[in-house]
Amino acid sequence: MKEFYCSILCVLFLNALNAQDKYITKEGFVSFFSHSIVEDIKADNNQVLSIVDATNGKIAIQLLMRSFMFKKALMQEHFNENYVESYKYPKATFSGEIVNFNEIEAQNSEVEITGTLKLHGKEKEISTMVKVERTLNEIKLSGSFKVDVADFNIKIPSIVANNIAKTIKVSFELHHKPYVQ
Amino acid sequence: MFNNMKNLFVLIFMLPLIGVAQDLEAILEQEAPDTTLQVAGTFNGTRLLNGHSVETRKNGILEFLISHRFGRVNSGFDELFGLDDSNIRFGFEYALTDDFTLALGRSSFEKTFDGYLKYRLLHQKTGDKPFPFSLTVFGSATEKTLKDYLPENKPSFSDRLTYTGQVLLARKFSPNLSLQFAPTFVHFNTVTEPEDPHDMVALGFGARMKISKRVSLNAEYYYNLNPFESIEAKNSLAFGVDIETGGHIFQLVFTNSRSMIEKGFIAETNGSFFSGDIHFGFNISRAFQIKKQK
Repeated sequence: MKEFYCSILCVLFLNALNAQDKYITKEGFVSFFSHSIVEDIKADNNQVLSIVDATNGKIAIQLLMRSFMFKKALMQEHFNENYVESYKYPKATFSGEIVNFNEIEAQNSEVEITGTLKLHGKEKEISTMVKVERTLNEIKLSGSFKVDVADFNIKIPSIVANNIAKTIKVSFELHHKPYVQ
Repeated sequence: MFNNMKNLFVLIFMLPLIGVAQDLEAILEQEAPDTTLQVAGTFNGTRLLNGHSVETRKNGILEFLISHRFGRVNSGFDELFGLDDSNIRFGFEYALTDDFTLALGRSSFEKTFDGYLKYRLLHQKTGDKPFPFSLTVFGSATEKTLKDYLPENKPSFSDRLTYTGQVLLARKFSPNLSLQFAPTFVHFNTVTEPEDPHDMVALGFGARMKISKRVSLNAEYYYNLNPFESIEAKNSLAFGVDIETGGHIFQLVFTNSRSMIEKGFIAETNGSFFSGDIHFGFNISRAFQIKKQK
């Protein structure tokens, strides 16, 4: 009988640990910004899904391209229809790792994050610095990086070549909370 | 007994641990919210060619539309194959919401003013709760202001009016192919000859085939069930090319209809397409975002 309770306690304890080792958000923020002589284009996505495994720093992010909101409705339509072809490639994903995640000691640390960004059917290795703020109940990640439009096989027609930058700045802010199944 | 229970308990409490084996991507897939999405871009513009498409502009967009039809291409060199003669319509079309548009226009042909309301009732959707087609309702009124009458026969305001009601049904079958069906009702307050009907029903058929990301081929046909007999009215047929560039849409049109409003091209087309009574023309649309999206 003692063994029995003991094993239950053990399992409960393990479960509790398990619940604490993954952190998730469904309302992460990702935006991109294109600067050109003609115009600045910005779009925000507030429905980004991201999950971090606190035991090893592994991270997975996914978002729907259709959830990027532009100031101009027509621009948003063209972005989805003609550039990222979101009917064919609805999602963008990132899968990677925050390097040496468990050795982070300071409250606010800039560390390296590496992984694969998949967008418009193309994959690319990305490595950038990320600001990590870790508290008991939250893992906040924020930062920005640059991507070349051409790397993802997104063609910019010559008629609007001056309107759209060849390199786009992507910013993110992800506030992960403990994941409960 | 205890042993069995113990196993059961252990199993139950162990269940969540199985999640550990799950990779992060799989958890995200599982946590991803309902992904029902409206199918966008069934057609490039609010016009298929002469007639409307199911599309409406998004909230806060003012669309300025210039449409133009030259004379008939078979009118010979003296008329420079129709280019000497031209009709134009200017239109201002404002989207009050994503689904509701109000518009005013004026055609040079018979100096006609027109106004319309267009409301998109249903959107084709994909995802968890798909829906197979889009449905838009359209209603317009036109007033002819050309003074083609004798002073003693001056028609009253209401005599100069016509009305159109239309249901537009469309489905995007693939990213490249969209088809539309549009039953249409046209009412004339006055007609020129007694044998002509005041009420008319026509069936519109339309197709769009994309040949590249920004270029598509369009076709449109309105089959009139009870045409005007006095003018030997023909069914309206149009072929064209859409070219989309940023905030503009250019449509090149070849049609047997001279008019660019419903009552005109559906009821008053008298050219025969295959005898060469073809009007070349274009629609140019420029969209202005008057009110910013949230």
